[in-house]
Amino acid sequence: MIDCDIHNEVPALSALYPYLPEHWVDYCEESAFDGPDADDYPETMATTYHPDYRRFFVDEAAPRTQDRVELIRDLVLDKWGITTGILNPSYRIHAIQSLDLAVSLATAVNTWQAEEWLSKDSRFRASLVVPSQNPVAAAEEVRRWRGHAGFVQVVLPVRSRMPYGNRNYDPMFSAIEEAGIKVAISFGGAPGNPPSGVGWPNTYFEIYAGMAQIFQSQVMSMVYEGLFDRFPGIFVVLLEGGFIWAPSLMWRMNKEWKGLRHNVPWVKELPSEYIRRHFRWSMLPLDASDNDLQNQEILNQMGGEDLLLFATDFPHWHFDSTHSIWPDYMDKGVRHKLSLTNPQSFYNLGID
Amino acid sequence: MAVQATRMMDALDASAKTKTAIIDCDVHAYLGEGTLKRFLSPFWRQFYADHGRRSYDGSHYPRAVPQAARHDAWPPDGSIPGSSLSFTQEQLIDAYDLDNAILTPLAGAGEILNLDFGLAASQAINDWQLEDWTSKDSRIKGSLIVPYESGELSASEIHRLGSHPDFVQVLLIARTREPLGQRRYWPLYEAALEHNLPIAVHFGGTGGYPLTGAGWPSFYIEDHAGMSQSFQAQVTSLVSQGVFELFPDLNFVLIEGGFGWMVPLMWRLDATYKKLHKELIRVKDLPSNYIRKHFWISTQPIEEPLEDHQFMEMMEQLDMADRLMFATDYPHWDFDSPDRALPNSVPAETRKMIMSENARRLYDLPG
Repeated sequence: MIDCDIHNEVPALSALYPYLPEHWVDYCEESAFDGPDADDYPETMATTYHPDYRRFFVDEAAPRTQDRVELIRDLVLDKWGITTGILNPSYRIHAIQSLDLAVSLATAVNTWQAEEWLSKDSRFRASLVVPSQNPVAAAEEVRRWRGHAGFVQVVLPVRSRMPYGNRNYDPMFSAIEEAGIKVAISFGGAPGNPPSGVGWPNTYFEIYAGMAQIFQSQVMSMVYEGLFDRFPGIFVVLLEGGFIWAPSLMWRMNKEWKGLRHNVPWVKELPSEYIRRHFRWSMLPLDASDNDLQNQEILNQMGGEDLLLFATDFPHWHFDSTHSIWPDYMDKGVRHKLSLTNPQSFYNLGID
Repeated sequence: MAVQATRMMDALDASAKTKTAIIDCDVHAYLGEGTLKRFLSPFWRQFYADHGRRSYDGSHYPRAVPQAARHDAWPPDGSIPGSSLSFTQEQLIDAYDLDNAILTPLAGAGEILNLDFGLAASQAINDWQLEDWTSKDSRIKGSLIVPYESGELSASEIHRLGSHPDFVQVLLIARTREPLGQRRYWPLYEAALEHNLPIAVHFGGTGGYPLTGAGWPSFYIEDHAGMSQSFQAQVTSLVSQGVFELFPDLNFVLIEGGFGWMVPLMWRLDATYKKLHKELIRVKDLPSNYIRKHFWISTQPIEEPLEDHQFMEMMEQLDMADRLMFATDYPHWDFDSPDRALPNSVPAETRKMIMSENARRLYDLPG
């Protein structure tokens, strides 16, 4: 079984000090800077920690990386029989306006992952964080790790300053394509612009629920702006944004393309064809209805059994019980595909 | 002459094919050359001449076609599409034998940064609708334009004309400066409710922010397709800020946003509500219950599923067949023709509701 979304968060900025140049350590100490100010997962919110896991995080006095490694081994890998677990830190490098600091922090987070996660358990794979606000610098970070078998993808926050189909990002995607790794777009981010086209909402509820729309915007941008025509080797997994909106997005994008394709002449096929070829979705949150027939319809409409990847999304609260991690409407065949064959083929993971 | 004759043949042909009653909920009337000035007071006419109308910038995507209009929608007199009553009658209202046409003027008054002038422009546009359109054809109904970024000024305009029988709703634009559930808009809702008017939210506009939560897209196709995300943000805000607890009889009409996204939005909001409901201090019910009770949606543009049977699956999931209202979006390029917009799989009774009866009920139009 392969788990495509396990969060390995940096427990404290000081955990990165061993991997930061000395002048940045001094700078952080002197300025009391304690890391990016993103608030994607406020500690108090119900979705941030599964009720069974909350105590491990909120009661932590001085969190250490090695404790987190143990926790994930116990509560995820061993508990569910995960053979490969893909780590995905939500460290918001792109929220740091000072580019030099952002660049050094990205390298530090990645070195920390290599030293303190990947080398500790062969079941782990990890995601590179990059200073995506500067695609040239992001490309350098991707090249730095080229050939490291532990890093299977670059993780980008779904909230960005510019949508990822924009050609300004070409140096970054070019490096990713050359490295032969994937792209993960994950829930959250702190780019400084509002999380919707109509400004800032009041509540976390709106930001959380509304994150699905930003995922939709990124899919539109990447397909319509021709990212996959310029970089046919780029493949993207969307993490923690839900998937039930995929059918209606494909329908809308196809319809718009029929009317306005002269606007984007490089888009040569129906947008739904690009989407099915280049995108995968982590299965959580399910955002399921109470009606399993309708849940099944959505799955069929998107061709979900081939496009979804199993994830626990540890430690977030997106599955409803620690005893059953599968919804009833997914049968045994679907479960097998989501937890094994789909991620194996997406990540080119050998069969162990 | 030949062109005119062909148009008349098309019109006859269309009306013969269309047997069900039709109410068109999205008919754009545009101000022709000099029209705004004609309806402004001398003071504001001078102000307009001196200062122009200033709005947000940074959101310019060249449209597919001039005025985003059908090529054949330019009136013979050379005026802009949608600005001629007689041509709109000929090409749309008479051609398809509409019971009613609901005007949705996109004159941008709500986006004028100077709110005082925004109010004056709104008043002028409303007076123009009465004088040049609704008073000349009883099938035509107007939408009250308001400077919506000020709840108070909007309320004053709603109180001025809100009880005029020719206005059936208040019209906002999808991209506002803040999400529509926010407090600043509540006086507008309170006033609308006093006059028993629904609030319509139409595709378009700009509130000074990038279209997406991920920054500015590059092309018109993204601007056009991406509006559905702004609609979703508006529905989310209205529900989660408890607007329907504050105004239990308030109705919203979503125009030209599509509706395929409504199913996943409802499911996601409900699922999120189960975990994060405590933060929504005024909300007492599942989001989908508010949505099905307070929202009406126009049809155009209709999402087209990959397989035909999926359309009725979506309709079942949506469970809002009593809330969908037919719209053509005349005179825009993405016009939906009344005789071929709905898929064949829609049953006759549902078709009748969507083509006319839902709108007749909401707007209390004569049968």
